[in-house]
Amino acid sequence: MKQILELKNINKIYGTDIKTQVLYDINLSFEEGSFNSIIGQSGSGKSTLLNLIGTLDKPTSGEIRINDVAVSAMNQNQLAVLRNNTLGFVFQFHYLLPEFTALENVLMPYEIKHGKITKEIIKKAEDIMDLVGLKQVKNNLATKMSGGQQQRTAIARALINEPKIILADEPTGNLDSDSTETIYQLLRNINETYKTTFIIITHDRKIAEKADRIVEIKDGKINMDIRK
Amino acid sequence: MKLGYKIAVRFLKSNKGQTFLIILGIAIGVSVQIFIGSLIQGLQKSLIEKTIGNSPQISITADTDDKEITEFDEVYKKIKDNSDVIALAVASDHPAFLNLEDTSKSLLIRGFQLEDADVIYKFSENIVEGRVPENENEIILGIDLLEEYELQVGDVIEIINTNQKVQELKLVGSFDLKVASINQNWGIVPLGTAQTFFEVPDRITSFEIQVDSQRVFEADMISDELETIINRDELEFSNWKKQNEQLLSGLSGQSISSIMIQVFVMISVVLGIASVLAITVLQKSKQIGILKAMGIKNSTAGFVFLFEGTILGIFGAILGIALGLLLSVAFTKFALNPDGTPVIALYISQSFILLSGVIATLASMMAALIPAIRSSKLNPIDIIRNN
Repeated sequence: MKQILELKNINKIYGTDIKTQVLYDINLSFEEGSFNSIIGQSGSGKSTLLNLIGTLDKPTSGEIRINDVAVSAMNQNQLAVLRNNTLGFVFQFHYLLPEFTALENVLMPYEIKHGKITKEIIKKAEDIMDLVGLKQVKNNLATKMSGGQQQRTAIARALINEPKIILADEPTGNLDSDSTETIYQLLRNINETYKTTFIIITHDRKIAEKADRIVEIKDGKINMDIRK
Repeated sequence: MKLGYKIAVRFLKSNKGQTFLIILGIAIGVSVQIFIGSLIQGLQKSLIEKTIGNSPQISITADTDDKEITEFDEVYKKIKDNSDVIALAVASDHPAFLNLEDTSKSLLIRGFQLEDADVIYKFSENIVEGRVPENENEIILGIDLLEEYELQVGDVIEIINTNQKVQELKLVGSFDLKVASINQNWGIVPLGTAQTFFEVPDRITSFEIQVDSQRVFEADMISDELETIINRDELEFSNWKKQNEQLLSGLSGQSISSIMIQVFVMISVVLGIASVLAITVLQKSKQIGILKAMGIKNSTAGFVFLFEGTILGIFGAILGIALGLLLSVAFTKFALNPDGTPVIALYISQSFILLSGVIATLASMMAALIPAIRSSKLNPIDIIRNN
C-alpha cells in the first residue's frame, strides 16, 4: 500500500528562552486508507504530533511529506489549499462557527474551495448529515445543538471535500459511551466506503483497540506501534 | 472575496447591538460634519450675498482730472456683450449740498438709468415709503437722512452744486439699503437730471457691473478680461475682491477652520471604528482560527474585516447623511430671528454631502486595515492549542 503520510526525524521544541522538547526524533508513516489510533497520556505530545501532521504547526526539525510532497517547501497559501483539499479536521472541542447553521458549517470547506454553493453540493451535504444522524437539526445554529450533534456536524464538515486524510483529536472526548460507539462506527464506515485515511487521537482504549494500528506516544517518543 | 463578504455580513448580523452602535457612532460623526459644513458654507454664502449682493462687483471709473467718461456707448456695448455680465448700469455721480433752512448737508448725487441700477441696488425692493423716481427732477433719499433732518416724502428739497447752482427736486421716496453711510449720504436721481444739473451731458462717471452669481469669485478675472476688450487707458477697473481683501482672508480662515473641524471629526470616527474592529478581531479570533484550519487563505481572512469596515462605513454614511440633513432642517426651522427667518440659512450642497459620505466610507475602510492585517496574520495553532 502507498504511504500517504511520512514523518522523518521530527523534533518539536517549544519556547525560545526556556526550551521544552515535546517530540524526539519521531519516524512514522501511514498507509493510504488505513485506520490508525494514537494513544498516550496527556502531555505526551500526541496533540502536537497531530497539529504538525495537520500543517497547523511546524516541526523544529525533520520532514513531513503528505502525498509525497514536503510540507516545509510550501508557502502559506499552498498550505491553506492542502488543508482544504487533502486534510479534514475533527477537534475535541468541535470548533464550529457559531454564526452559521449546521448545514452552512458543513458546506464551509466546500465554499472555501470553490467559492460558491451548488444544488448538488447541498444535496451531498444533506446526505452526509443524514449519514451522521443530523437530519433534524441541519438548520440549527451551531450553538443550538447538543455536544454530540456538534461533534457529528464537525465530522460531516471534515468529510464534505472528500479529503484523503482525516485527523481527529479526541473526537469522542466529551461524549457518553453510546455516542462514542456511534461516532466510532461512523468513522469506520467512512473509512471503508471512501478509503479515507484516519489518524485518531484517543485515550479510550476500547476505541484504540478497534483501529488497524495503535501507536503509543510516551514522553515524546514512540513507545509502541502495533499493527493488526 | 465573496466568501469574505459573506462571513463579514454574518459576523455583523450575529451581534446586532454592537453593529448598530458602531454604525451610530459613524453616523453621528458624518452628521456633525455635514451640519457644520452646511452651516459654514451657508454662513459664507450669506456673508458674500450681504456684502456684495446689493452692490456692483466690478466698477469702471475714469482716471482723469474731471473723472468723466466720454463716448461711453461703445464701451457699454462691449461690456453688455460679455456673457458673464448679468447687470450693467451707468452712473453720473457728483458731490452737492442739501440746502436746509438753517444748515446744509453734503450729499452724493447719483444719477442712474434707474431700471438698470435697480437690478444691482434693488432700490424698488428697499423702498420704505413712496416710490423710485420715474420722472426728471425727482429724488429719493436714505431713511437715516430723512429722520435726521425731519424730511417727509412729498417735500420739495433744494440742492446746490459746487458752482452754486440751485435746483429744486421732489422727494418721492425713502430707501433703506442697510448701510448707514449710504442711507445718510446718497441721493438717487434719474441720469438725465444729474447730467443736466451738473452740466455734463453725454458723460458718465462710472460703469457698475454685476457678474453671474456662480462666478463672483472670478470677478478679478472677468474685470481683466473686460479691460483687455475695452482697451482704453484712461479707464480704471476695480473689483470687489480688491476692495474686500480682509473679508476674503476672513472667509478663507473660516474655510480652513471648518476643514480642521471636519478633519478632527473624521479622525475620531476612524479611531472609533479601528478600536471597535480591533476588539472584534479578538472576539472572532476563534472563528478565524477554525476557518484557517479549514483552509481559508490569509487574504480572505483579512478581507472579512475590510468588508466589515466597508459595510459599517456605508451604512454609517447613509444614516449620518439622514441625521445631518434632519439636524440642518431642524436648525433652520427652530433657530429663528425674531422676524421668522433662519438665523443662518444653511447651504445644502449635494456634492458636499456625497463627498462626506464617500470620505466616511473610505475612512472606515482604512480603519479596518489594521484589524484586517491582524486577522490575516493570525496563526490557527494559537487558537487550536489554547482551545
